[in-house]
Amino acid sequence: MIPAPFDYRRPGSVAEALELLASPGAALLAGGHSLLPLMKLRVVSPDVLVDVGALAELRYVRLDGDTVEIGALTRFCDLVVDPVIREHAPLLARAASSVGDRQVRHRGTIGGSLAHADPAADVPAAVLACGGVVMVHGPDGARRVHTRDFFLGRCRTALGLGEMIVSVRVPRQTHWGFEKFTRRALEWALVGVAVAGESVVLINMGDRPVRAGVTEAALRQGASIEQAAGLAAWNTDPVDEPHASAGFRQHLARVLTRRALQRAAGRVPGGLS
Amino acid sequence: MARIEDWALITSGGRYVEDVRDPALAGCRYGAFVRSPVAHARITGIDGSACRADVFTAADLDLPPAGRGPVVQPWLARDVVRYVGEPVALVVADDRHRLADAAAVVRVGYEPLEPVIGVEQALAGEVLLFPETGSNVVRVHGTSFDGAGFEGCEVVVTRTIVNQRLAPLPLEVRGAACVWLAGRLVVWLPTQNAHAARDLIAAALGAPVRVITPDVGGAFGAKMGADPEVVVLGWAARRLGRPIRWTETRSENLVAMTHGRGQRQTITIGGRRDGTVLAFRLDAVQDAGAYPRSAAKLLPKFTCLMAAGAYRIPVVEARVRAVLTNTTPVASYRGAGRPEATAAIERAMDLFAARIGMDPVAVRRINFIRSFPYTTPTGACYDSGDYHTALDRVLAAGGYRELRAEQERRRAAGDVVALGLGIGCYVEVTGGGGVGEGARVVVGRGGVATVHTGSSPHGQGLASTLTMLVSHRLGVDQVIVRHGDTDLIARGTGTFGSRSLQYGGSAVSRAVDLVVDRARDRAADMLETAAGDVELTAGVWRVRGAPSSRGLTWAELCSAEELAADVWFDDAEPTYSFGAHLSVVEVDTETGRVVLRRMVAVDDAGRVINPETCVGQRHGGLAQGIAQALFEEVRHHPDGSLVDGCWGVGASELPDFELLDMATPTTRNPLGVKGIGESGTIGSAPAVQNAVIDALSHLGVDHLDMPASPMRVWQAIS
Ligand SMILES: Cc1cc2nc3c(=O)[nH]c(=O)nc-3n(C[C@H](O)[C@H](O)[C@H](O)COP(=O)(O)OP(=O)(O)OC[C@H]3O[C@@H](n4cnc5c(N)ncnc54)[C@H](O)[C@@H]3O)c2cc1C
Repeated sequence: MIPAPFDYRRPGSVAEALELLASPGAALLAGGHSLLPLMKLRVVSPDVLVDVGALAELRYVRLDGDTVEIGALTRFCDLVVDPVIREHAPLLARAASSVGDRQVRHRGTIGGSLAHADPAADVPAAVLACGGVVMVHGPDGARRVHTRDFFLGRCRTALGLGEMIVSVRVPRQTHWGFEKFTRRALEWALVGVAVAGESVVLINMGDRPVRAGVTEAALRQGASIEQAAGLAAWNTDPVDEPHASAGFRQHLARVLTRRALQRAAGRVPGGLS
Repeated sequence: MARIEDWALITSGGRYVEDVRDPALAGCRYGAFVRSPVAHARITGIDGSACRADVFTAADLDLPPAGRGPVVQPWLARDVVRYVGEPVALVVADDRHRLADAAAVVRVGYEPLEPVIGVEQALAGEVLLFPETGSNVVRVHGTSFDGAGFEGCEVVVTRTIVNQRLAPLPLEVRGAACVWLAGRLVVWLPTQNAHAARDLIAAALGAPVRVITPDVGGAFGAKMGADPEVVVLGWAARRLGRPIRWTETRSENLVAMTHGRGQRQTITIGGRRDGTVLAFRLDAVQDAGAYPRSAAKLLPKFTCLMAAGAYRIPVVEARVRAVLTNTTPVASYRGAGRPEATAAIERAMDLFAARIGMDPVAVRRINFIRSFPYTTPTGACYDSGDYHTALDRVLAAGGYRELRAEQERRRAAGDVVALGLGIGCYVEVTGGGGVGEGARVVVGRGGVATVHTGSSPHGQGLASTLTMLVSHRLGVDQVIVRHGDTDLIARGTGTFGSRSLQYGGSAVSRAVDLVVDRARDRAADMLETAAGDVELTAGVWRVRGAPSSRGLTWAELCSAEELAADVWFDDAEPTYSFGAHLSVVEVDTETGRVVLRRMVAVDDAGRVINPETCVGQRHGGLAQGIAQALFEEVRHHPDGSLVDGCWGVGASELPDFELLDMATPTTRNPLGVKGIGESGTIGSAPAVQNAVIDALSHLGVDHLDMPASPMRVWQAIS
């Protein structure tokens, strides 16, 4: 439970962070709630930690016309209470409120969660459902990557060497539903569903957040919620474990999609707490 | 009285072995164990040359074996490893960070052997853990079966069920701090019984040993005595001439601390259609893990002993075969053999009721034991009890009839959330393990009473209870309770098996009696009267019948010389605590998710001395039984590695418990008390399991193994 030796740097600006990130074996440290456990297990052993956790310039939420812009170092706990988020991107507030426990929500950041790209994570699925765009800075300057193209696999993203996320831009969307199935409180999702507008994204049903494309298409063609939800597990490839088989997860995906769609359609009660 | 332990534990976290800052430990080094990543293999070589630290293996140890015969766990694996997590080498470094780096580069070569996983494979005997013994069966306890009891039965139901393996998961993992002082090893060790730990380590090292128990962050039966690691650390501290500390990691704890439960049980119950049970058979196979610990001794014995449960059944046959598998050794875990027996008989009662179409409550009422003492066919002699009243009380408090009506309504309305009611009635032997207990009570200067007890409380609150006992009897304000240090306490047995108040409390009570007798003589001398003429009221000795005379306080009485008494108490017999639990669950039939809505419990442990402590034990016990019923399971892949699982419950998973009081005294010890430490666990697991099955009974489900995970529920109904 003790990581291998590493150097520790604390840049004062994004520019300085990018400079430090250019050195070999460097890794960004934000909230540390994914990276540090992996280091303690010695699954990863970076040579240099570039701690951007305290960079205030990247911790903000603002409304820009019909788009909500969220700084990469905005923490889950900020998303839960921020009035702009609650009004214009309530799905993010709901997803963030379901992450781990209080400590985790006070450390974990939206940028870290996106960059880590765990298919079981809550907020990345919500950002994808909203059609969010990831704003990236790197050695070659700035670029924008739609979340559709951002997740490449289990813990793999479109981020290149030396690049960092500076913010996320999410179109305003108030039509939402969110379901997360856990065995006990404070756990990772066995399966989850995030619905924003017409888009349905499944959590932990493949190697990345998965669009339930067949369900979306059925809805567009006028299928009922029940019919469309019944198609939610098409093209999914969840992990098969002794306590939760792939078949069981696919069943859950159908039930939870129906419930999330019903919530989004205002057919069942349930808002932000 | 509020528990005196809580303030320190809650505000500062207590003083655990990691917190010990004794000067003797200055300059200590740190140890870590290299453990086997494979379940069964021949060791082909160990290479620690890349490691900037001391590395010790079995070849270095010059110690006698831990027991006789071939079936003994070596201190460190020699030639063969037999479970994932078995210690193979000890690495010692100057600081924790270097230690982690060093332990990561020890290379061990393994030549794989086929692993034996699960009791079926163990019984098949195609692969043997110890080929020289010819079998994987290490112990058979109980009777052989003749089947005659079932001949006159109108109905016989038989079923094979699993009481799953669990991990004890104490908040504080294992650890130790060792130092040699003047030819003697001093060990700070979180343990449930310091004296047994001392004797074990001393025998292995051939040297005198002192064991000091700091605060212990949970044990549940898995911190009995000393594990092999502690002996190796003591040996290495001697070899290196330096103190050594060790703390395992959480992941290590999951595979390297003993596990609990782990029985596959075939239950057969027979009787008449009017509800009378005539015969019950429990044929269990206990997974003992790779080396025999208490799962090869105590657990089978307790399971057989408690097979009849709370029922007067003319024929009860019980047999437990303990088998070795290539998994972590199994030992005691809150209940140790008794929860397994209770789950078996309580499931059998429900299966029988379902088969004859009777309410499970009615079947229990027909078959309860109603007169005491009662000796069961497997030899348990129940002292006192009132089983039907216990059940009646939980049913009344829970509103059983109304709940059944609600269940009917919801089923008729096609509610996707099904309601289920479950009953768990239990009897358990308490104080059934270990011999007597030691106590020394001293009243010294200032009238302060000090209690030295051989019990070894580790979270239960026994110090509070003993303080109450002593301050009440002596009328002193200040009582200090000391325990767990083999230098302070001459003889001790420890805290396990719900024994501490019965034995430890009775010992203290006897010692207090002796102190009072001696004090009376001294008071009589000082007051210049006869011993028969002085009396003790509210902490003051006075001449009898002269309430306003100048009396002697304990401080005055003991100002020149303390008063003390030593006792070894062993003239008590085990007692049989009992109770009834009613569980109410809701099951989402779409997702399989079970939510526990209510838990109503009577736990009768005879006379209650400290209600707070008693309630605390019931709360923790209930939580652990509920966790077994709904959440926890240690599973192995066929290769013997651990399946990622689900550990423990928190407050979010639990309702407010509805606890009812009932106290049926016993005459088997001077205090009239029975054990309470394991009751909640033993009753609640079957109550919750039965409730889940009851919720699904209209869907054709009559059994579900624990834990009732969402997938298991879904599979049962789809
Ligand atoms: C006990 C516990 C429970 C949890 N439960 C949940 C849960 O229920 N649901 C859930 O979704 N998550 C859960 N998490 C994970 C949590 O959400 C993590 O905090 C989050 O995934 C990572 O965010 P972070 O800021 O902590 O990132 P870090 O751990 O600091 O970094 C994670 C990775 O992202 C990289 N990184 C960080 N910031 C940036 C950036 N701006 N640009 C580029 N790369 C970056 C790092 O280099 C690293 O590779 C849990 C974590 C813990 C410890």
